[in-house]
Amino acid sequence: MVDESRRDFLKKAAAGATAAVIPFANVRIPVIDVTLEEFLQKHYKEMSEEEKQRVIERLKKEYREKYGIDATIKTTPPKEGVVWGYALNIQKCIGCRRCVYACVRENNQSRANPKEPWRGEIQWIRVLEFEKFEIHPGEKGKDFRTKFGEVLAGINLEESEHYYHPEKVPEKDKFYMPIQCQQCERPPCVKVCPTKATWKEPDGIIVVDYNWCIGCRFCIAACPYWARRFNWSDPYIPREEINPKMHYLGNRIRMRGVVEKCTFCIQRTREGRYPACVEACPVGARKFGNLLDPESDVRKVLEKKRVFRLKEELGTQPKFFYFMD
Amino acid sequence: MNKLIDFVITSIKVSLTGSRKYYAWLASLLIMVLFGAYSYYYQLKYGLIITDIRDQVSWGSYIANFTFLVGVAAAAVMIVLPAYLYNYKEFKHITIFGELMAVGALTMCLSFVLVDLGRIDRMFHLLPFVGTPNWPQSMLTWDVIVLNGYLFLNLLIPGYLLYKAYVREKPRKWIYIFILISIPWAVSIHTVTAFLYGGLAARPFWNTAIMAPRFLASAFTAGPALMIIILQIVRRYTCIGQPGCKLVVTDRALFTLAHIALISMLVNLFFLGSEIYTVAYAATSHLAPLKYLFFGLEHNGVHYAKLQPYMWAAITMEIIAALLLLFPRTRKNFTTLNIACIFAFLGIWTEKGMGLIIPGFIPTPIGEIWEYYPTLMEIMITLAVWALGFLVYTLLLKVAIAIEAEEVVHPSAKDKEMPEAH
Repeated sequence: MVDESRRDFLKKAAAGATAAVIPFANVRIPVIDVTLEEFLQKHYKEMSEEEKQRVIERLKKEYREKYGIDATIKTTPPKEGVVWGYALNIQKCIGCRRCVYACVRENNQSRANPKEPWRGEIQWIRVLEFEKFEIHPGEKGKDFRTKFGEVLAGINLEESEHYYHPEKVPEKDKFYMPIQCQQCERPPCVKVCPTKATWKEPDGIIVVDYNWCIGCRFCIAACPYWARRFNWSDPYIPREEINPKMHYLGNRIRMRGVVEKCTFCIQRTREGRYPACVEACPVGARKFGNLLDPESDVRKVLEKKRVFRLKEELGTQPKFFYFMD
Repeated sequence: MNKLIDFVITSIKVSLTGSRKYYAWLASLLIMVLFGAYSYYYQLKYGLIITDIRDQVSWGSYIANFTFLVGVAAAAVMIVLPAYLYNYKEFKHITIFGELMAVGALTMCLSFVLVDLGRIDRMFHLLPFVGTPNWPQSMLTWDVIVLNGYLFLNLLIPGYLLYKAYVREKPRKWIYIFILISIPWAVSIHTVTAFLYGGLAARPFWNTAIMAPRFLASAFTAGPALMIIILQIVRRYTCIGQPGCKLVVTDRALFTLAHIALISMLVNLFFLGSEIYTVAYAATSHLAPLKYLFFGLEHNGVHYAKLQPYMWAAITMEIIAALLLLFPRTRKNFTTLNIACIFAFLGIWTEKGMGLIIPGFIPTPIGEIWEYYPTLMEIMITLAVWALGFLVYTLLLKVAIAIEAEEVVHPSAKDKEMPEAH
């Protein structure tokens, strides 16, 4: 009790301090290049609606000055009775990576900068290529493989190829497996975060408050699916490629030194649209929907198809399902 | 209160006066710090892009050195424990050097964590009241608590004892409570640091119960090894050996430290062997990082093995150190003892620094092989943090030696005898 009231008092004092510095709000701290207002900004969950709007106005102004764009930044909350789930048909996927590129365009990831070749594009989806093996029973001196024929019987991620570049996909003896954030029900990344800068929303999506993350990268180490990315430098996005429809916890433009990740396109799904990767898939391998709705695409997949989850033995309980016809 | 102010002023004066060699040593450390500060300025300005750490290998030199140095800090307990719990006289004279070494090591640990942060400006998000520490869930919040607590203890205890010696008063009983607390606390800092890695199911290379025991064993090798070298330097550059000198660093104390280093090294090698056996015999997919470490990994005809030579060198040095420490003839010969100490220190620095952190990331959890090798700027920042730690340690040692050698005393206590507890 004592602790609570003390905390309350300190919070009010901190709020007072924020109000008091407003005249200097735009003063920039050199080298790290943040304004005083940004520096004193609160955790997303601790901000009032008013404070959120203030921050959003500031961000919009910043984007206008820096990129010359007029962005909308929403804070649309999760809907009641919705838990998002994803299902991916591993048999259909042709490895074209259209989902990868659609994701980058939609979510304002930092692009490869031709002037700084050591800086690559940030991508939230990684497509793995595997070789199919025929069954050769009785053949001497050959290891029996875990994946064979048209039937996928198992996946050894260490045998995957991440940088395949054939003329045409799919290749005859290959199959493909896109991996992105699995939106775990028990996310290890959230557990290890020292500042509660990443959390699971009521609709099951793991989000990051880019203004609260301290950049320790513990979550990157903790993620079994290698789904998190870090802004090693200031993001670089050509003005004409910016998607101006943003969500505060989703695709708003990040800053250097913070972690980002797939949010199932929170800026779309909370407005009743499909994630960009679902729409981009040319073969319809990607299904998305409300896990609590028996009529949703995902639920139908779970009921009718052969489904597996990645690294189930780790107890992370992903809400991302792979399936086969 | 006036006496305390005098103590602080005298300490600053003493730490900043010395021979020409002393100034040269301080200056060279300072230059290294400045070079690193210059690099760090670039890191602040452009981000961690100036390092070779990337999404695939997301921790590098900074966290590797941090991990190793937490062990060095914890190792002070190997002097404090025999001195206070077993009343081992030979160690009573040198506990202060151990505790101050912990302060130097902790300076480096905390600095390494800070330079590794992507947003150092938001550091306060970790603190209670002004921030939102994810305690008790996140092991990193635990580490913040135990490391800062240990730093507090190791500033308080030697600080208080030196002050009391300076004014020639007997230390009060309450300080012994803090000394006793510092013993399990030392174990806790390295246990929590091991738990940072050990708790990650995503990283099979780290996700093992042997992590904390192994950390402690290797810490109690590297720490005493460094202590043996430093104590010899202290003997060489102070009044020790001259008539009337009040400082005591006996051969026996050094040989006991060597014994501690030996036993810890053997236990460390045993733990390492157990770990290698379990992973290698089961030969699940968890084998890959270990294979990378010792033999390299093959992918698309490319052989990835940047760490391989370092790791073999480390194991070789550790085994040679263990053998040199094992036989009394080589343990009690200062030339071979020093070789053993240097090998033990370097071996463990490699094995539980880069050799532990980097392979945890290779291959990535989804099977990509991506190698890390620190950039020049990263190395400069790393060296600067080391230099900063040694700078802090040197300045503290200088004060401690002056007071313990009774070269400085508070004017009011000039005629008093040094009380018994010292």
